[in-house]
Amino acid sequence: MNAPAPLLSVRNLKVQFALDEGVVRAVEGVSFDVYPGKVFGIVGESGCGKSVAMKAVLRLIEAPGRIVAGEILWRRKPQGGPGSTQEEVVDVTRLDPNGSVMRGLRGAEMALIPQEPMAAFSPVHTIGDQIVEAIRLHQAVSPREGRRLAVELFKSVGMPMPEQRLDAYSWQLSGGLRQRAIIAMALSCNPRLLIADEPTTAVDVTTQAQVLRLLRQLQQERDAAIIFITHDLGVIAQVAHDVLVMYLGLVMEQGPVNAIFHAPKHPYTQALLRSIPTVQSTPREPLPTISGSIPHPFNRPRGCPFHPRCPQSMPGRCDAATPELQAVGPDQSVSCFLYQTAEAKA
Amino acid sequence: MLRFIVQRLLLLPVLLFVFSVVVFILIQAPPGDFLDSYLATLASSGSSVDEAQVVALRQQFGLDEPVHIQYLRWMEHILQGNLGLSLEYQRPNIELIGERLVLTVLLALFSFVFTWAVAIPAGIFSATHPHSGVDYIFTVLNYIGVATPNFMLALILMWVAYSALGLSVTGLFSPEFIDAPWGWARFVDLLKHIWLPMIILGVAGTARLTRVMRANLLDEMTKPYVVTARAKGLSEWRLVLKYPVRLALNPLVSTIGWYLPQLFSGSLIVATVMNLPNIGPLLLRALTSQDMYLAGSILFIYCFLTIVGTLISDILLALLDPRIRMEGAKA
Repeated sequence: MNAPAPLLSVRNLKVQFALDEGVVRAVEGVSFDVYPGKVFGIVGESGCGKSVAMKAVLRLIEAPGRIVAGEILWRRKPQGGPGSTQEEVVDVTRLDPNGSVMRGLRGAEMALIPQEPMAAFSPVHTIGDQIVEAIRLHQAVSPREGRRLAVELFKSVGMPMPEQRLDAYSWQLSGGLRQRAIIAMALSCNPRLLIADEPTTAVDVTTQAQVLRLLRQLQQERDAAIIFITHDLGVIAQVAHDVLVMYLGLVMEQGPVNAIFHAPKHPYTQALLRSIPTVQSTPREPLPTISGSIPHPFNRPRGCPFHPRCPQSMPGRCDAATPELQAVGPDQSVSCFLYQTAEAKA
Repeated sequence: MLRFIVQRLLLLPVLLFVFSVVVFILIQAPPGDFLDSYLATLASSGSSVDEAQVVALRQQFGLDEPVHIQYLRWMEHILQGNLGLSLEYQRPNIELIGERLVLTVLLALFSFVFTWAVAIPAGIFSATHPHSGVDYIFTVLNYIGVATPNFMLALILMWVAYSALGLSVTGLFSPEFIDAPWGWARFVDLLKHIWLPMIILGVAGTARLTRVMRANLLDEMTKPYVVTARAKGLSEWRLVLKYPVRLALNPLVSTIGWYLPQLFSGSLIVATVMNLPNIGPLLLRALTSQDMYLAGSILFIYCFLTIVGTLISDILLALLDPRIRMEGAKA
């Protein structure tokens, strides 16, 4: 079997927010590929630009935010009617964000599972109303048929009493059920890509496990790709095939999940992994933390953005230039001068 | 829902009783009574009335009786539905108020529709195009609208209409229709006159409502459910009208209640300036001449309207917002 073509290729994406106080460079040149049927994890602390990058893919960046550079190449579903296999690649950054082409992609081919299930539904419309709306936007079906499909969806995400739940309002459901409803809505048009933006941060651990299991199961059944955004490395270890580690809008390290967890190269990835509690860690011993805090967005350090907090920072090197992303293994790459010197020596 | 409305309706008489007492205390508060001010008017015009006649009149009007008896007498009239006799006009208050009430209600309704029809679209546009040129223009117009006293606006517009268009725009009817019975022709004549007071009375409210709508909608536009709806691929206009506008309207609906009596009473100065035959000038006249039953009855109607307006708001809000509607159902 030859390597499949990527579903989504992001190339050198840059997103900036022009505020009165100055320009915030939220995403500073990020590239990655997402393959069909794979779960792609994006990890990083709050404010590292992971959500913004995903909003850029969906073209949901709001003013004053703007995609200033880069390409987002999306392989469309075959358009030429049934039987057609002609797949077309579009550059999403060139589309009108509210134009009909982009609206035809959003929801139908790429769907969002938003961060907060509590607020993701309008409180004054029933859940059924909002899900049937999503179905009927992209599929020419009658309201009755739309409702039947919605019931099917609710069954597939394991929603008990699907009929009644469709007529409920979001605030009448528990967190876990709300999350299932959100997932059902995202799945409503059988998208090729699900973008899950921290889908488990707002729910408790038990629900989190259920949601993760559900997502994995659905992903296997439907062979969809998932981009899974989280700050929780434990979650990434459970679901992702490939991982991208972001810091201040830049890719620090990228690779298969095993490589990232067992042979992390970048000092930032290593520090993140050290700060996860494990069974082996000594009780009552404080967890190692990453010293310092994320710099203010207007105050980006020169050079590698991580160098002020990096234990292995090399003065005169790391604070002078920004390292390029370089391959360090078959599929693993890292942007750190530590490995560039090693290569130069070798 | 039904239980909620019935509960509120049962509360209505209790509230009205409380208000009637407050109103009565208020109209009794100024020193002297109708006869004192009547005599003062007579004295200033040079004529005089002898002491015996004054006593007789005072007895006839019941002004010599203790306060609580006067209150009960007033209540008796209210319960009979005729609101008592105007001391000054010597006619039942219901007649005096009735003819003006129709016009007041009509004018209030027109202003109300004008306010909402202009303010809501303007507010939506401003909020969906924040910091655009049109938004700034609306903002400036809104500040002017809020800051201009409406009687001032009335004078300016009347002057403009008169000097530029040669129109005399005072009153609500052309002279030949003032005392005519209601009919199609009279209604058309009313429409020809009502637009100017409608705009004048509506401007400040429109400006305020536009600001509130803009602020509410801007707030709602940042809510996660808007992003969800966008992520579905919904077009921007459908999305804005279906979700955030709907939610932004909710708090506005609850202000309809205060709006009703405000339109009735707020028209006092404008009505005087423009010589409008509505209830405002009648109340002013009744207050200055201490025609206490007439003034009391008008104030009492204001109170009634406030209560009814609040009730309408509550019902509308419950209809619009399931979170409120279902609160009662849970209990």
